[in-house]
Amino acid sequence: MDTLLELRDVNYSYHSIQGETHALSNLNFTVEEGEFLAIVGPSGCGKSTLLSLLCGLITPTGGSIRFQGHDLTRNDTLQMGYMLQKDQLLEWRDISSNVALGLEIQHKNTPENLAYANELLNTYGLGQFTCKRPSELSGGMRQRAALIRTLVLHPRLLLLDEPFSALDYQTRLTVSDDIGRIIRQEKKTAILVTHDLSEAISLGDRILVLTKRPGTIHTILPVHFPEGLSPLEKRNDSNFKHYFNLLWKEFNQNEGSIH
Amino acid sequence: MKEVSIDQCAFLKRYRRHKIWIRITRVLILIAFFALWEISASYGLIDPFIFSSPSRLLSCGYELFTQQQLTHHIGITLFETLTSFLLVILCTLIIATLLWFCQSASEALEPYLVILNSLPKSALAPLLIVWLGGNYKTIILTGMSVAIFGSVLSLYHAFTHTDPEKLLLIRTLGGHRGHILWKIILPGNIPTLLNLMKVNIGLCLVGVIIGEFIAAKRGLGYLIIYGSQVFKLDWVILSILLLCMIAMALYQGIDRIERRYRRE
Repeated sequence: MDTLLELRDVNYSYHSIQGETHALSNLNFTVEEGEFLAIVGPSGCGKSTLLSLLCGLITPTGGSIRFQGHDLTRNDTLQMGYMLQKDQLLEWRDISSNVALGLEIQHKNTPENLAYANELLNTYGLGQFTCKRPSELSGGMRQRAALIRTLVLHPRLLLLDEPFSALDYQTRLTVSDDIGRIIRQEKKTAILVTHDLSEAISLGDRILVLTKRPGTIHTILPVHFPEGLSPLEKRNDSNFKHYFNLLWKEFNQNEGSIH
Repeated sequence: MKEVSIDQCAFLKRYRRHKIWIRITRVLILIAFFALWEISASYGLIDPFIFSSPSRLLSCGYELFTQQQLTHHIGITLFETLTSFLLVILCTLIIATLLWFCQSASEALEPYLVILNSLPKSALAPLLIVWLGGNYKTIILTGMSVAIFGSVLSLYHAFTHTDPEKLLLIRTLGGHRGHILWKIILPGNIPTLLNLMKVNIGLCLVGVIIGEFIAAKRGLGYLIIYGSQVFKLDWVILSILLLCMIAMALYQGIDRIERRYRRE
């Protein structure tokens, strides 16, 4: 597998009237092509800041971010898809128009791309809802539409910022299963930020554990399950409990640095 | 067709009955008011010369209408109100957008806008007459001055309080500030703009009447002032009633636009 993304000694601080806050410190890790990396850590450890750095919304105060072997540029950031905590579908647009929002912004709303958007909507069960308003869809359908809005741009890397946290527990299980399967099916590389250990284990190939602020890497845990299991099926696998205990132990061992 | 339960039918019946009852009550209040007024004037309980009466107003209105004065005055007031209203909406959109684009300018200008909004606008009218003369421009500007500052402040406030996650969405999709404005800020704030329009149409009418009191030779505001000076109080009261009807009609017009927007 080729390395898609590489972080070398990345630091980030932000400034306010109250003073300077060191958010992230000496981050070094890589993401391979086709990999699903889950990032967990305590609240305020800089998980979302890390995603903002990766998609170029902010620039690191130290170190470098390399994408496909070269320093991250504006063009590279257009190859990344970002999924937010809430679906943020716009109520004044119907579903097909919401899905085409990124295409419009990037001037890519060609007939081929719009046909691809329709194909994705049909494949993932939203074909009959293209003319509906977001409020007419269930929470799970809305998240699927939000993912399709990201996928139509053919992103090389998907950045998922706690995309299931706004959903209730049952919906979260189904939606994370859906989204996980879609990402695997589309063979996308993804980085998921979450505070839910079970979600990280069921979706990720590796789990990166961050310490409390300034966030730095505490450990990286590889996760292996039998081939072909869906995220929901992984939760019932005997390995799941093992990984959960391992991850929980890591958290407790480093209680001082994490909590 | 979906079957409706007996309870649901009963609920809908109660709901419709309540709505009809409210409408009838409204009409009855109006009829009672005019009837009481007419009877009081007929039996000498109030002086019809000072308080007028519905029958006097009808004959006065008919007289002015046949002389084509009434439609002329109403037309002038409506024209000035609608012009100042459209200009207020246009200027509000432009100024609020510029302030949103230039955060430093908005921070610097905010106290001045607050002061101008708090200022009693009728105090500006005499100055406007000296600067622009006693013509329709002064009246339209007086109408605008009543509504514009509050309107700009409200719309700018709504612009700056748009969900930051929605702005983040546009940035993550590779968009810039222009995209944020066209895709999120403007379409997302159409309900706010419609609410402002409902308030502003009334405020513009108030401003236009203030302007006509001072600077006009035509319009319902002029008719009120002139009528009070020559003791034609029928003219004054008729004009006030017509203003009530115009205010109601203009508000209903905007309300209908808002409802159509919400339905779509």
